[in-house]
Amino acid sequence: MKQFVSFVKKEFYHIARDKRTVFILLGMPIMQILIFGFALTNEVKNSQIAIFDQSNDLATHALRSELNASRYFDVVQDVHAYPEIEAAFKKGKIKLAVIFPENFANDLDHFNAAQVQLIADASDPNVANTLTNYATAIILDYQDRITNNRRLPYTIKTEMRMLYNPQLKGAYSFVPGVMAMVLMLVCTLMTAITIVREKELGTMEIMLVSPMQPFKIVVAKAVPYLLLSIVNVTSILLLSVFVLDVPINGSLLLLIFESILFTLTCLAFGLLISTGTDSQQTAMFIALTGMFLPTVMLSGFMFPIENMPLPLRIISNIVPAKWFYYIVKEVMIKGLGIAAVWKETLILTGMLLFLLALSIRKFKIRLA
Amino acid sequence: MTTNNIAIQAVELTKRFGEFTAVDGISFEVKKGEIFGFLGANGAGKTTAMRMLCGLSMPTSGKAAVAGFDVFKQTEQIKRSIGYMSQKFSLYEDLTVKENIRFYAGIYGKSDAFIKEKTAFLLKELHLEGETNKLVRSLPLGWKQKLAFSVAIFHEPEIVFLDEPTGGVDPVTRREFWNMIYQAAESGITIFVTTHYMDEAEYCNRVSIMVDGRIDALDTPAQLKKTFEVNSMDEVFLKLARKAKRSTD
Repeated sequence: MKQFVSFVKKEFYHIARDKRTVFILLGMPIMQILIFGFALTNEVKNSQIAIFDQSNDLATHALRSELNASRYFDVVQDVHAYPEIEAAFKKGKIKLAVIFPENFANDLDHFNAAQVQLIADASDPNVANTLTNYATAIILDYQDRITNNRRLPYTIKTEMRMLYNPQLKGAYSFVPGVMAMVLMLVCTLMTAITIVREKELGTMEIMLVSPMQPFKIVVAKAVPYLLLSIVNVTSILLLSVFVLDVPINGSLLLLIFESILFTLTCLAFGLLISTGTDSQQTAMFIALTGMFLPTVMLSGFMFPIENMPLPLRIISNIVPAKWFYYIVKEVMIKGLGIAAVWKETLILTGMLLFLLALSIRKFKIRLA
Repeated sequence: MTTNNIAIQAVELTKRFGEFTAVDGISFEVKKGEIFGFLGANGAGKTTAMRMLCGLSMPTSGKAAVAGFDVFKQTEQIKRSIGYMSQKFSLYEDLTVKENIRFYAGIYGKSDAFIKEKTAFLLKELHLEGETNKLVRSLPLGWKQKLAFSVAIFHEPEIVFLDEPTGGVDPVTRREFWNMIYQAAESGITIFVTTHYMDEAEYCNRVSIMVDGRIDALDTPAQLKKTFEVNSMDEVFLKLARKAKRSTD
């Protein structure tokens, strides 16, 4: 035990001496949450639009002010000819143009049908889609109001309710994503690097010659990073609750338990990397490509897994972050209990045991 | 299988990696308190032999005992009885002198009282009292080397293995380093040292020279020079090493 304590102490000295790394390790989750929370967002807000109003009547004016009043759009330009629209798009000034033909109100009143054209800048297809949807919704909303006075023979009205995330906030999906990413980075990368560094320095040999059992060395190496990860999880959760207004709907205890489970899986992966490599650069490269990229690409955090081709969907199953991301979403956002995530928890546990067994085996082989 | 005054005994010790025989049936004895030079060209099998004796590597065949413990079955006890210093520098540069000492003493499970007392004594001996809380990084190489040796024998092992301990050190410091080795030997610690410096070989009580995994010569430096009819250990070494068939790496 005394051996173990001296070892853990030494690890903390290493971490504390390297101020820059401490800063990165503790500051990274905060930075990421803030960047994702305020800068990188796929929500559409205050998009600049142009209006080409060839009718200039009550109806078009009403629609114009409805669009302008919504938080999605800002009318920044009135155009008076088609070429001006194209010019505005080319300048990159506007994302959407709304065109009312002549006699808009007249057509609406007398023929019960009027047309409005939406032209979107589809160089970013997702934004274009979202913008036309929002604009259509606003126009339909207006139509609903004016038809309230008249009876239509058949109408089907859709009522939508966005469960778990009524305001459709992006934070609800990226908080779990950032958690997965940060834990992975801290644990896998740092464990791999710190063990390989001892190999590079030649101190690993000294330790293997000492009476300290290899298993203890490995565990002692992991302890400080496990603690750091718990600090990181805490800061991410605090930020998301108090700054981003993302609530923790489920059990905090379960959330922390799952985080520790995922942390351990990452640590085991870092350990596995370290047993197979001899230089810090290689370790870093493997950790980044082997863990970071799949975490970002295949966990479902950036890109929905359901839309991926079958081979990628199959591969995504071996990415631990996918399961962790799912668990956090279920527990934190939907407020579900262990009954809803026991299968995923079991999968993560299995991965942990597998990685641990493999790396300890490899560690021993190295000795023989 | 060992008598009381023998620290290391190897009989037909062999290590094979697949087809390749790294260490080919070496036999030797090292007496307690002896300074034993373990020489050989690069790739001759020195490191592999040393790893087996330290309990880091399982021999393929043969027998060996270190401090009276069997290298096959009692590696734990062996590890408790030996110290080790490698050719790569082995202290942590980002830890202070004191933290390094505490750490290495700690992994040998020494008590706080022992560590405290011995640390004070050691720092005085090395004239490092003023540098206790300085990072090892800031010490000159010679001091680091001496400190590393002191750390390797801090837990009072019976035998200390030194793997090219003086690589890259200036002649004056090397001399001082050897004085420390003599002191340690006088206090009863057995020294098992590999080196590429033939002048250092002259400092050893006895020297073995490995060629292609075998020990081709083993005697006192004076006797070796006599046998090979040359004037220096350098020439002894060259005569033997030239016979090597293995390419050096």
